[in-house]
Amino acid sequence: MSKVTIKELNLFYGKFQALHNINLPILKNEITAFIGPSGCGKSTLIKSLNRMNDLVEGCTISGEVKMDDENIYAKECNINLLRKRVGMVFQQPNPFPMSIYDNIAYGPRTHGIKNKQIVDELVEKSLRKAAIWEEVKDDLKKNALSLSGGQQQRICIARALAVDPEVLLMDEPTSALDPISTAKIEELVIGLKKDYTLVIVTHNMQQASRISDKTAFFLNGKIIEYDETRKIFTNPKKQETEDYISGRFG
Amino acid sequence: MSRNYIKGLVYFSALITFGSLFFIISFILIKGLPHLTPALFSFHYTTTNVSLLPALLTTFMVVGLTLIIATPIGVFTGFYLIEYAEKNNKGVELIRIATDTLAAIPSIVYGLFGMLFFVTFLRFQYSLLAGVLTAVIMVLPLIIRATEESLLSVKDSLRQASFSLGAGKLRTIFKIVLPVAMPGILSGVILASGRVVGETAALMYTMGTSTNLPDSLFSSGRTLALHMYVLSSEGQHVNESYATGVVLILTVLIINALSTYLSSRLTKETTK
Repeated sequence: MSKVTIKELNLFYGKFQALHNINLPILKNEITAFIGPSGCGKSTLIKSLNRMNDLVEGCTISGEVKMDDENIYAKECNINLLRKRVGMVFQQPNPFPMSIYDNIAYGPRTHGIKNKQIVDELVEKSLRKAAIWEEVKDDLKKNALSLSGGQQQRICIARALAVDPEVLLMDEPTSALDPISTAKIEELVIGLKKDYTLVIVTHNMQQASRISDKTAFFLNGKIIEYDETRKIFTNPKKQETEDYISGRFG
Repeated sequence: MSRNYIKGLVYFSALITFGSLFFIISFILIKGLPHLTPALFSFHYTTTNVSLLPALLTTFMVVGLTLIIATPIGVFTGFYLIEYAEKNNKGVELIRIATDTLAAIPSIVYGLFGMLFFVTFLRFQYSLLAGVLTAVIMVLPLIIRATEESLLSVKDSLRQASFSLGAGKLRTIFKIVLPVAMPGILSGVILASGRVVGETAALMYTMGTSTNLPDSLFSSGRTLALHMYVLSSEGQHVNESYATGVVLILTVLIINALSTYLSSRLTKETTK
């Protein structure tokens, strides 16, 4: 079943067209990977799904992105509520310069949860889901910036999960991390798909093939091919896809 | 050979800078300390005790009132410029030009403006209010600049993280950006208070030089620096003027130390 449906999406930065007529379903409780060379529009598209592109000056969008049956670009759509439903994890770990606890509690508090007991529970639950509870449970008061990069990224995942999103967007979440941290996060991401719908942008084709169910291959702002990950990597239909995954460019 | 020459030049420059500071401070201390008598701290000024206490208290009043007015205006202007205004906005350019120009104007010009506008045109007379408002205009550029620079130093990725969790602009600014930018803003504010403490020209024509502690916003008074200027220019109490200088220097030193301490403590808290 499709959780998010992208229909005829065109996106411009000023006069430059970054995305051309994108049509794509994002299936519920699956991991969809966006792959492609730098500047192909995959990050731009993922940012269109929680309207982070609204923050970019001169960015205009036409077309439709439907979440369940609601067009998120409709005038009456509440952006803050949309971003609560569609969480995001960034390329560089970006925990707030505050305690681990406050990092996780920031989202729930933003959405009006004030009761200490409920917040406590949410913090623990989110940290557990992000597979970092055991490592930090004894010093939740410690500043999140004192953790290692891999731990910080899992804190950021926990922070995103704390607002109880339905979709989780990950923009190259492991590109700044070492292989061991990367492996931990990949394992964690696979575990998350039973509760969430995930979209992951990655430069790393092995990563896409290891963890994703569906893969979309981007080139110059267009989707060249979208299919089951297995098929994309073993038997691509388009020449460009084959060239890319066999390492002939990009 | 030329390396030694340059090295010597560097040492010599440092020596001149440090030496002149050392010389000024010790000169004033030596001349002033022996005359720093309890009589100088009597609550009421008379022509015989030339007490500096009213002036000291007036200084705190002026600094306090100036900061109460200037800090919110300056900080919010900085927030507007960095967080709200669109890039390439004509109004932003205008505000920047205005603050840069204000920062470069000699303080006597502020004094004359304050006299013509607040004292004469608005009929405030020589008063605490006229002095404070003039000082506000004078320190606004400092506070705006400090705010802008500390906001610019806050990484955009933090703002994005906050937005991505569904937080609005206001919450993002107050909960995420402000705490990180706080040490910088604070040091700007303290720098501003230092400027007010040391100001004479701008206040002489707006607050007057009454020796009493002002009992309302509309009464005249003199700050410590102004008091010192008047004492030494009258020529009757040069020794007491040095003693006043000692107190003034100590006040400035305490303010600077406070600023360093506060900003280092806040920085530690946010980046630890």
